[in-house]
Amino acid sequence: MAENESQEKIKEDTQKLLTKWKNKRGALIMALHDIQGLFGYVPWEAMEVTAKEMGVPMARIYAVLTFYNYFKLKAPGKVIISVCDGTACHIKGAQGLLDAFYNCLGLKDGQTTEDGLFHLQVVRCLGCCGLAPVIVVNGKTYGKNTPADVQKIIAEWREKMAETQGV
Amino acid sequence: MVELTQEQIQKLKELGRSQKEKLLKMGEDFKEEVKKYKAAIYTCNATSCHSGGAASVIDAFKESLETMGLSQDVRMVCTGCMGLCATGPLARVEIKGREPFLYKEVTPDLARIIVSEHVAPALREGPDQPLRLSNYLKSKELSLQLPFFTKQRKIVLARLGHSDPENLGEYVATGGYQALMKCLEMKPEEVLDIIRKSGLRGRGGAGFPTARKWEMLAQAPLCDGEKFMVCNGDEGDPGAYMDSCILGGGAHAVLEGMMIGAYATGATSGWFYVRAEYPLAIERVELAIKQAKKYGILGKNIFGSDFSFMADLRYGAGAFVCGEETALLESLEGKRGTPHPRPPYPTQKGLFGKPTAINNVETLANVPPIILKGPEWFSEVGTATSKGTKVFALTGKVKHSGLVEVPMGTTVECMVNEIGGGTSSGKPFKAVQTGGPSGGVIPASHLDMPICYEELKKLGSMMGSGGMIVMDQDDSMVEIAKFYLNFTVDESCGKCAPCRIGGYQMLQLVKKIADGEGTQSDLKKIQEIGTAMKQAALCGLGQTAPNPVLSTIRFFYDEYESLIQQAQQKKAEKQKLQAEMSSLENEMKKLDERKPDSTVHSAACSGQCKKV
Repeated sequence: MAENESQEKIKEDTQKLLTKWKNKRGALIMALHDIQGLFGYVPWEAMEVTAKEMGVPMARIYAVLTFYNYFKLKAPGKVIISVCDGTACHIKGAQGLLDAFYNCLGLKDGQTTEDGLFHLQVVRCLGCCGLAPVIVVNGKTYGKNTPADVQKIIAEWREKMAETQGV
Repeated sequence: MVELTQEQIQKLKELGRSQKEKLLKMGEDFKEEVKKYKAAIYTCNATSCHSGGAASVIDAFKESLETMGLSQDVRMVCTGCMGLCATGPLARVEIKGREPFLYKEVTPDLARIIVSEHVAPALREGPDQPLRLSNYLKSKELSLQLPFFTKQRKIVLARLGHSDPENLGEYVATGGYQALMKCLEMKPEEVLDIIRKSGLRGRGGAGFPTARKWEMLAQAPLCDGEKFMVCNGDEGDPGAYMDSCILGGGAHAVLEGMMIGAYATGATSGWFYVRAEYPLAIERVELAIKQAKKYGILGKNIFGSDFSFMADLRYGAGAFVCGEETALLESLEGKRGTPHPRPPYPTQKGLFGKPTAINNVETLANVPPIILKGPEWFSEVGTATSKGTKVFALTGKVKHSGLVEVPMGTTVECMVNEIGGGTSSGKPFKAVQTGGPSGGVIPASHLDMPICYEELKKLGSMMGSGGMIVMDQDDSMVEIAKFYLNFTVDESCGKCAPCRIGGYQMLQLVKKIADGEGTQSDLKKIQEIGTAMKQAALCGLGQTAPNPVLSTIRFFYDEYESLIQQAQQKKAEKQKLQAEMSSLENEMKKLDERKPDSTVHSAACSGQCKKV
């Protein structure tokens, strides 16, 4: 997907997307949101175009990207697993879920499996504390999980990806 | 800016007046439209219920109403948060002439049964016939007489669960934008006066009087023709989701509050700053701004007055410190969200260097009802110094986990045992945590404490934005302190040393104690660092970061103590073993020296073996 896209295509797409933001005040973060929304992360080439178009030094763009947790500088895996470790999820056993993911996939926070299929991230509060502990996989929410559910979730997504993408 | 001629202004005003009429008509049309229906099914589609599958439930309701030919009689409404999130998805059936009926844990199958066995027969037989519900349906009832519902007082959440957040007509029909219309007929000072009399204080945590903040902005002169209102929707407290639900359940109320503030202070435009992790809240704010622009609520000479205002939306990007107002402003300018010292206060020099008032989502949502119903109506609720209500996200190990709004001064006991229904595990209640990473714990011994700004501060906690996490006897307080400290250390922006270094060192010490290697002097050091951070850190995040640790030390000293004692015992045992080892080694050495006499050696060796 994103990683295979040629650099030129990234530059072109970024340029198009920036027309909305380049003349607005303080819109750098919004532009970066849109870039990540498009590519799944913020590619180096997109940063270069942003610097030029918005008249912001590369160093400042990099400073902003590394300050905020939301932005990614590398392409994440195809299946993004977010484990909530907000307070409610924490006291209801989020750590057990993280341990289970580690046992099943060998992943810790921010890591991607070697085949690029699964990416694990720890997030803080998704706003559905009534369902704690919560896992979100590519936008699908799983509530009231136990470590045993982790295996099922992984199996479900493995199957789903095998069907749709032949991974 | 282009100066408009008198003639152009008059035209704009005329347009504004006609837009006002149109808007009010929309409200009237909505009321007429609703009269046509005999019943309504309200389904909660807020984040929690949505995650639990509300979308497919809504589809099932619609489909089965369609197949039974009831679409014309029954209104389907997707609402904001209904409150009891733990038992979602929730759906409420309201049939004219009958009591409302709330269902929990609704699945698409249950939805179809509700239509065929509850809604359809009730409509067929009329309101006089008693409802005959199957045991299965009865088992899915969530009684509206639960203390969870009856003990609440809803001002901010009044519309949530009862209306479609995307329907502007419905908002107007229930009094929406009429507070703004009322204000535009008053002088700005009169509006400020109402807010002052109401006693409204900031709901973001610190409790600064809203009227005073607005007065400061009103007094500040325009800078390059601009002054700003900012809505702080960067709800970073993990375990709190009030603002997300308030915006998701109807951003118009917050926008209206912001516009009233702008009229009172002379602000020219407004900004919403919302966490990127809240897609639903973002969607609703975007929609509200779009609708408001379309119907002339935002723009020039609003409703034919001299007041002009525009609003825009910006996302956060996952930084807890951006909830701090000066950091938030940096982030709004597209920079790293690092705080800066005050003064100058944002009301003097804020966004882009221009005067800015920053208000929390819930604070702004309180404004329209205060204007419509009067300051006395509002100040009657609550305590002497904390007026009105407060929305809490009641979560953790509590039976009825969800979103609640209670009068200020409600006791912790009422929150946990009555509204919350006690602990979910059935085990004894230990403490609640309020204020998130900036707050502290309230132990079981303080259950009778009324929840208000002052009382919470006295206990070393704070109101915070409204997260309230219930813990039972299984939860280790040292572990909780470690969790929060880990969070604040991770989220520290690194600008000032007390927070960057102090927080880190404190965390190492807490970890040491939690791992059973701590000493009494570590505990003393934690308290020293904590006190220093409180006084010396640059912003609210750093100043309050020690709170979870200090407050757990204050109320659960024995837990720290017992871990330290265990550590000491462990150490003493280790020392004893080491001493024994070294004495053995010495003896061995001595024996080695006498090696030529082998018989003595072996005898001594066997003797030692026995001893060991």
